[in-house]
Amino acid sequence: MSSLNEGATSRPGSSGFENRAFVAWEPSALELERRAIRRKQNHRNVIIASLSSVLVLGTLLVVAITSPGWKSLTDTFFKWAYGFEVLPKIILGFTTNILLTIIAATCVAIFGMAIALTRTSRSPALTPFRILATIYVDIFRGIPMLLIILLVGFGIPALRLRGLTNNVLILGTTAVVITYSAYVAEVLRSGILTVHPSQRAAARSLGLSNFQTLRHVVLPQALRRVTPPLLNDLVSLIKDTGLVSILGVTDAVRAAQISSSRSFNYTPYVMAAILFLMVTIPLTRFTDRTMRHAIERQNAQGMA
Amino acid sequence: MSAHVLSLVGVRKSFGSEVVLEDISFNVPVHTATVFIGASGSGKSTLLRCINLLDGIDDGVISLDGQSISDPRVNTDEIRRKLGMVFQSFNLFPHMTVMENVTLAPIRVQGLTKSDAEEQAAELLKRFGLLDKAKSYPDRLSGGQQQRVAIIRSLAVRPRLLLLDEITSALDPVLVNEVLSTVRDLKRDGMTMVLATHEMGFAKQVADEVCFLHKGRIVEWGSPEQVIDSPRDPRTQDFLKRVHEAGRL
Repeated sequence: MSSLNEGATSRPGSSGFENRAFVAWEPSALELERRAIRRKQNHRNVIIASLSSVLVLGTLLVVAITSPGWKSLTDTFFKWAYGFEVLPKIILGFTTNILLTIIAATCVAIFGMAIALTRTSRSPALTPFRILATIYVDIFRGIPMLLIILLVGFGIPALRLRGLTNNVLILGTTAVVITYSAYVAEVLRSGILTVHPSQRAAARSLGLSNFQTLRHVVLPQALRRVTPPLLNDLVSLIKDTGLVSILGVTDAVRAAQISSSRSFNYTPYVMAAILFLMVTIPLTRFTDRTMRHAIERQNAQGMA
Repeated sequence: MSAHVLSLVGVRKSFGSEVVLEDISFNVPVHTATVFIGASGSGKSTLLRCINLLDGIDDGVISLDGQSISDPRVNTDEIRRKLGMVFQSFNLFPHMTVMENVTLAPIRVQGLTKSDAEEQAAELLKRFGLLDKAKSYPDRLSGGQQQRVAIIRSLAVRPRLLLLDEITSALDPVLVNEVLSTVRDLKRDGMTMVLATHEMGFAKQVADEVCFLHKGRIVEWGSPEQVIDSPRDPRTQDFLKRVHEAGRL
């Protein structure tokens, strides 16, 4: 038996490049000339890009500033002194948005996964649930979220059932979870379906049960593939938590609304927008990076 | 109770109206290798998938160690633990390292501790010269290395029978050899195997019995010398002539 591994390790192919002698290399005159041309081309591109940016953005700025309403617009929307005065209230409201995002994201992950697993399973016992899950997704992906927030927020208290809450924060979160679970379930389902059946066959042929195959082979690969779209949904979720303000939840949007209705100045809205951007822009950049890595990884796999 | 590890009697399989396997009967004694040859679409892969219970059969009986495994009441997970299968396209788990690929089933299915499973896996990897790749992901390995890892993965559950489905078809000629030598080593160690292959030279080296499949039927079987070197059935002769022309003999 020991002769086997010697045969295998001494086979060529595994240790190729390391032993090759290093030879000093000087670029040829031709290559130097090509580099000079490329540098020149690069310079030209930079100049064109700068010129066109200055032209387009400058025109837009000039048009805005010279417009007849510019003065009153800056007074109403960008009165920074007033903005900073009300900022603490808006930040306090914004913590509600963040809290709501965290709770909703957790619930959505659980419900979305449950729905996706139900829809992709082939177990005969789950047939009725599969039908229900399909109907659920069809309905809640097809209704504007604002309507669902209104229906849940005002509909459930109107039932006057004992034990059901009238807390608008909870009702608002519920509405957000209902809607986003439908979206996220579909993203997860598409991820599960992209895992090739041969992976399942390999796992089953090793004796893994259906559940073990799902848990150790299918889901890890599926989740990796859908991480970018899921992060995308998270960015939308953060923004959409602002919609629950319609029920009277004092989030950042509502706080801004209260401040601005007192002073007839819209700067609080701008402050709220900036707060949202401070969270969503880094998250969007992070999503872009994750997506780029995912694509690179996929390409690397294709080459193997 | 016979000494046959695997035995098929009158197995039939169809996909819709298309009959893929018809009246397939053969026995695989312990420590022997049965090799199926035949053109693409002759039913070789389907036969192996049926034996591994990945596809159901329409008629006949498949028995493993005398127990019928085509009975719908058997626990398929339990049967599959006794069978190792290696696929044409390797099917390694891309999100796991080589070590994790090999230890997944021993840990999850056989209930070994992680350290026991890793020790056993390291031994197997060392034996086949792949221990230095234990921490690598499959996409960093050559095709031949990936297929050898797939073989080791199927060996890690200590199967009674190994099913090898055209395991060299996706490899370039240089890499084919390292995989085939691995299989020859297994044969020498006494592993019972059923193989489907296009490599006639290799079939002659490892087979105890060669079966020629044509349109879902076994039309000729016997020793490798008899079936490959002096086939009697005109269909076998025609197939081997074409293989020879393609330079694979």
